[in-house]
Amino acid sequence: MSLELFSQYLFAGISYGIIYAIVAIGFNIIYNTTGVINFAQGEFLMLGGMIAITCNQFMPLPAAIILAVLLTMLIGAAIEMIFIRWLDNPSVLRVIIITIGISILIREVALHIWGENVRALPYFYGNEITSVNILGANVSPQIFFVIGLCSIIVIILSLFFHYTSTGMEMRACASNRRAATLCGINAKNMVTLSFMLSAGIGALAGAVMSPITYTQYDIGTGLAIKGFTVAIFGGLGNSFAAVVAGLLLGIIEAFSISVVPLAYQDAISIAILLLILFIRPHGILGSKDTASLKEF
Amino acid sequence: MSAKKYLPVLWLLLIVVAVQLATSYSGKEFYLTQLTMTSYYCLLVIGLCMVMGYAGQISLGHAGFFAIGGYTSAALTTNNFASYSELTVMQLLNRYGCIITTEDMFGDTIINFHPWLAFAAAILLTTIIAFAIGIPVLKLKGHYLAMATLGFGVIIYRIVLASEALGEADGISEVPAFVLIKGLSVNGNMDDRVINYYIAWGILTIGALLLINLINSRTGRALRAIHASEEAASAMGINTARSKLYIFVISAVFAAVAGAMLTHYNGGIGPSEAGVMKSVRYVALVAIGGMANFWGALTMAATLNFLSLRGMFGSYDDAVFGAILILIMLFAPNGLFKLSPIKAIRQIINRDRR
Repeated sequence: MSLELFSQYLFAGISYGIIYAIVAIGFNIIYNTTGVINFAQGEFLMLGGMIAITCNQFMPLPAAIILAVLLTMLIGAAIEMIFIRWLDNPSVLRVIIITIGISILIREVALHIWGENVRALPYFYGNEITSVNILGANVSPQIFFVIGLCSIIVIILSLFFHYTSTGMEMRACASNRRAATLCGINAKNMVTLSFMLSAGIGALAGAVMSPITYTQYDIGTGLAIKGFTVAIFGGLGNSFAAVVAGLLLGIIEAFSISVVPLAYQDAISIAILLLILFIRPHGILGSKDTASLKEF
Repeated sequence: MSAKKYLPVLWLLLIVVAVQLATSYSGKEFYLTQLTMTSYYCLLVIGLCMVMGYAGQISLGHAGFFAIGGYTSAALTTNNFASYSELTVMQLLNRYGCIITTEDMFGDTIINFHPWLAFAAAILLTTIIAFAIGIPVLKLKGHYLAMATLGFGVIIYRIVLASEALGEADGISEVPAFVLIKGLSVNGNMDDRVINYYIAWGILTIGALLLINLINSRTGRALRAIHASEEAASAMGINTARSKLYIFVISAVFAAVAGAMLTHYNGGIGPSEAGVMKSVRYVALVAIGGMANFWGALTMAATLNFLSLRGMFGSYDDAVFGAILILIMLFAPNGLFKLSPIKAIRQIINRDRR
């Protein structure tokens, strides 16, 4: 393999890996406050992309993206309030099935609003053929927006969770919900907040990735499965590990094209998911001792 | 055990006959086509009901098993294996009448396998895959189990979509009829509509009888104990892993039988049968019937599948199933038949008082 081809695969892998990592971070935020996986996480990305594309017809790009993020956050909060908030200590199976149902509904609504057309936001800088040459690979500048955005999200999130009082309250709910409630924290509001937060992050990622990967009503499921793979890969609940795992998966996937046909690419990454689940369900970076306290 | 547990089977048979007579006398025999398809889907759903309701494990990959059954049958009976005719295995199979040799319009030989052989291969393959997947997957719980089975379903979907031998996006069509015994075949001919209706519901009845026996057996009691509390069941000396695996494989075989039969009946199978939405739909049907309610699942599966196949939900087909899924899980997590409005209202009042 020549250096050019190698770096071309590498950058393709990095850009997809970062997107998977952002989905995984969305999973982690909700998992951390509720202990539940939101199967509709991929739909937030689709919504973010679609709303931004629609808004972009009436307003400049930055405004459209901000509006898309805000609207998706509202949708995320509404979903939590309508479907989850009032349930009395629901079983995991029940919440899984509810979030699966929500993802179907969002997808169908999107299908009836936007149709089956493949859409995309314009490139933030330049156009489809603008490229930067790095190590012989031609890389779209959009990738730098994706990478920059991801770094900002991870840094802000970890600052938020460790240094703001709201962030610390959310972490308190995660480690012991009853104790947190006894300390006067409104656990239910924290759950709503976590849905808003992960919806917002998802929407932002959906908008930024739209020029490279395109947006269609049914991209959510695929992204959710990849994002979950990454979240498990890194160890559920750990955002830094998610970034590492996301990059790893993205790069493995990109290089797998040179060995197996493109059509099997998804099968490869899901086979990786299954392997991890069977061998190390606590993730490559998770610790086995803490994992033994959790339910797999 | 008394014969009481078999009473619903009698009801099922009576209803099946009554529906056939009603459609024939009112000249609406075309309903039988969808009813036949419905019964095969029901076969899958009652199998899944055992896994979800009685063993308490979720499976979002049952469309995968359905597709393995259907595609194996279709590929072996439809693809031409003439280029392998020199192999010893093929000649051995030929001696025992397992191979059908025909000529196409240009005089070239076409070699297919007999549907019974294909069917046996489909069941065998499904059993092996279900064992191989089930052993590691069933160690997982909750989200992990849901995602792992979902992942399995997606892999099957991708393989089906990418394999040339399986027809890629077009699927396999012109699958021949499945001659069960002389004069009795599973096919989509108009003339055989009534007999196929009875074959389909007959298979479902046999499946139901098997499962009812299983529910009331030692294994069935073990499974219900696992659903209530896996730790307690384990402490009582139940081999929880083996019981769960056992029921998982059985339900996979049910799905494969349904897939193989429906493929012969429809004369083809496409990749959409392996799709994630199909798996979700089966889970929804089990949930609506009430997880551990065998007859409830069967009733709801029959009703909703029939309405869906008749096109009652139009372009909102998936949305209807999604909405039903959410509503049932929110308001009646024990199924529609366990719904008690008064109790629900009382609960809401009590909660506010607390």
